[in-house]
Amino acid sequence: MEDPEKTEVVLLACGSFNPITNMHLRLFELAKDYLHETGKYKVIKGIISPVGDAYKKKGLISANHRVTMAKLATKNSDWVEVDDWESSQSEWLETLKVLRYHHQKLLSPDPTNSLQDALPLARPGRKRKQEPNRHDPIKKKNQSPDIKSVPQVKLLCGSDILESFGIPNLWKLEDIVEIMENHGIVCISRIGNSVEKFIYESDILWKHKNNIHLVEEWITNDISSTKIRRALRRGHSIRYLVPDVVRAYIEKHNLYSSESEDRNAGVVLAPLQKNASDSKN
Amino acid sequence: VGMKSRIPLILVACGSFNPVTNMHMRLFELARDHLHQTGQYQVIEGIMSPVNDDYGKKGLVSARHRVAMAKLALETSDWIRVDPWESEQGTWTETVKVLRHHYNESLRLFQSKKEFMKNKQPIERSTEDSLSSQHSVLPELKLLCGADFLQTFKMPNLWKEEDIKEIVGKFGLVCISRAGSDPARCINESDLLTKFQHNIFLVKEWIQNEISATQIRSALRRGLSVKYLVPDSVISYIAHHSIYTEESERKNEGDLLQPLKLHNAAVNPPN
Repeated sequence: MEDPEKTEVVLLACGSFNPITNMHLRLFELAKDYLHETGKYKVIKGIISPVGDAYKKKGLISANHRVTMAKLATKNSDWVEVDDWESSQSEWLETLKVLRYHHQKLLSPDPTNSLQDALPLARPGRKRKQEPNRHDPIKKKNQSPDIKSVPQVKLLCGSDILESFGIPNLWKLEDIVEIMENHGIVCISRIGNSVEKFIYESDILWKHKNNIHLVEEWITNDISSTKIRRALRRGHSIRYLVPDVVRAYIEKHNLYSSESEDRNAGVVLAPLQKNASDSKN
Repeated sequence: VGMKSRIPLILVACGSFNPVTNMHMRLFELARDHLHQTGQYQVIEGIMSPVNDDYGKKGLVSARHRVAMAKLALETSDWIRVDPWESEQGTWTETVKVLRHHYNESLRLFQSKKEFMKNKQPIERSTEDSLSSQHSVLPELKLLCGADFLQTFKMPNLWKEEDIKEIVGKFGLVCISRAGSDPARCINESDLLTKFQHNIFLVKEWIQNEISATQIRSALRRGLSVKYLVPDSVISYIAHHSIYTEESERKNEGDLLQPLKLHNAAVNPPN
C-alpha cells in the first residue's frame, strides 16, 4: 500500500557498466537505505541504464554484452532492473534526456521508444504545477483515476560523476541545472572524499544543494570496472568483486583483453565532441 | 615455468568469520594469484578455520552458525573449504596448533596418495593428476592473513614468542595488505619477523574492499542492506536464524580474550 506522506523515488544509474561490479550494485542499496531513513522517501525502483556504444569511451565493449551482464547481475534483485533504451539509441544521449525519458515513462503506462519522451515537459526555468521536486509531502490525488502522484526519478551516482560536472564541455550547464531542479541527485561518496568541498566551491551546485543527497559509504569499496578489466588482462581472479554469473559470462565470451581495451583509443568522447561542435555553431 | 616443479601449497586462514564476508574470500583469491605468479607454488587448497567459541571475543556468535555461513559462502568455490576442527575443540586453540593439525593432515593425505600411486601401473596414472608430477614434492602450508594480523604480534601477551617463531619460520605467512598500510615497516620493526622475512609473502590489494565483519554486524542491527558485501545465501541464513542482534553483540562483553586469560593464569597461577 502506498504511503501518501512519502515521495516515491526511482533511482536511475547511468554509466558504462563495463563491466558491472558489486560496487555498482551497492550504490543502489546504500541510496535506498539512506532515502528510507530520512522518512520522506520510498524507493520503488532502481534502474541501470548502460551507455550506448556511441559514447566512444576507450575500452568500451559492445552494449549487448554490457546489458546482458547487468541483467544477469540483477536477476535476483526484486527492485533493481536494467533498461536498454539508452544503449539502443544510435547516437549518444545526454544523461538529462535519459532522466526525462524515464520520468515520462512513469507518467504514461505505455512506453514508446520515441525520442519525444526525452523532451522536457515544459521549458526549463519555468515553474511547473506538477513539480515533482518539492520536499513537502505530495498530497495523494484521489479524484481522477488518470491523475496520480508522480514518482521522482533521481540520478544515482558516485562522487566522480558529480565532480565531472566541472570538466569543460562534458556537461551542458543548462542540463546540470535541469537535472538538479527537476530530478535531483543521490551521490554516494567515500569518507574523506572532497565532494562536499566541490559543491561548496560551485555556485550552481550550492544553489541546488538541497536536491543533492550525499550518502557516505563507510565500507570502502573501490571495485572500479577499470580495475576489473585490468585484473582480467593479467589473469587475476575477480571472484567476489562481481556477481559470479557475470564472472562466468565474461569468461565464457572472453570479453576483456588488451585488444578490447584499445577500442576507441584516440577517439574523442561523444559529449566532448558534441558540445565542442555545438559551441562552434 | 611448468607446473611440474612447483611446490604444492595449502593456505589456512584463521579468524572469527563473524560473519564471513566477500573480503575474506578475496584474501584467498589474491593470495593464490600472487603465489602462482612467483612461479614457485601451486596452491592446491584453501582452508577457512573459524575460531572456537571459547576465544571469548565480544559479539562472537556460536561456531555452529559461523561454520554454516562459511560453508554457504564457499559453495561455489572449487578450492576453498571451511574446516570446523578448530571450532570443535574443547577449548580455544593456539593458531600454531591449528596450522600443525592441518599440516599433519595434509602430510597423511600426501603419504597415502603416494602409496596408492606407487601401487598403480604407470599406464593407470592419470596425466591430469597433479600429484603424479609432484609426488616427490612435499606440500607446504602457510597462514593467510591481513596486514592488521601482523600488527597483533606486537600486542603484549597475545602471542607466545615460540609460537610466532614456528608460524613464521616453519610455516610462513601470506599477508594481504591494502594500499596505504605498511606491513614492510611492521616487519622491519620486529627482529623476529625480520629474521624470517623471506617466509613472509606480502600481497598488495589494489582493489580496496574493506568489508569488516564488525561493520556488517552493525549494518544488520540497523536494518541496513549488506547485499553484495556478503553472499546472498549467507544473508538469508542470518535472517532466517536472527543471528545478529543487540544481544548477540553484547556476548562476552567485558571478558578477556582467552589467550590473555591463559597468559594471566600462567603468570599468576592460582594458589
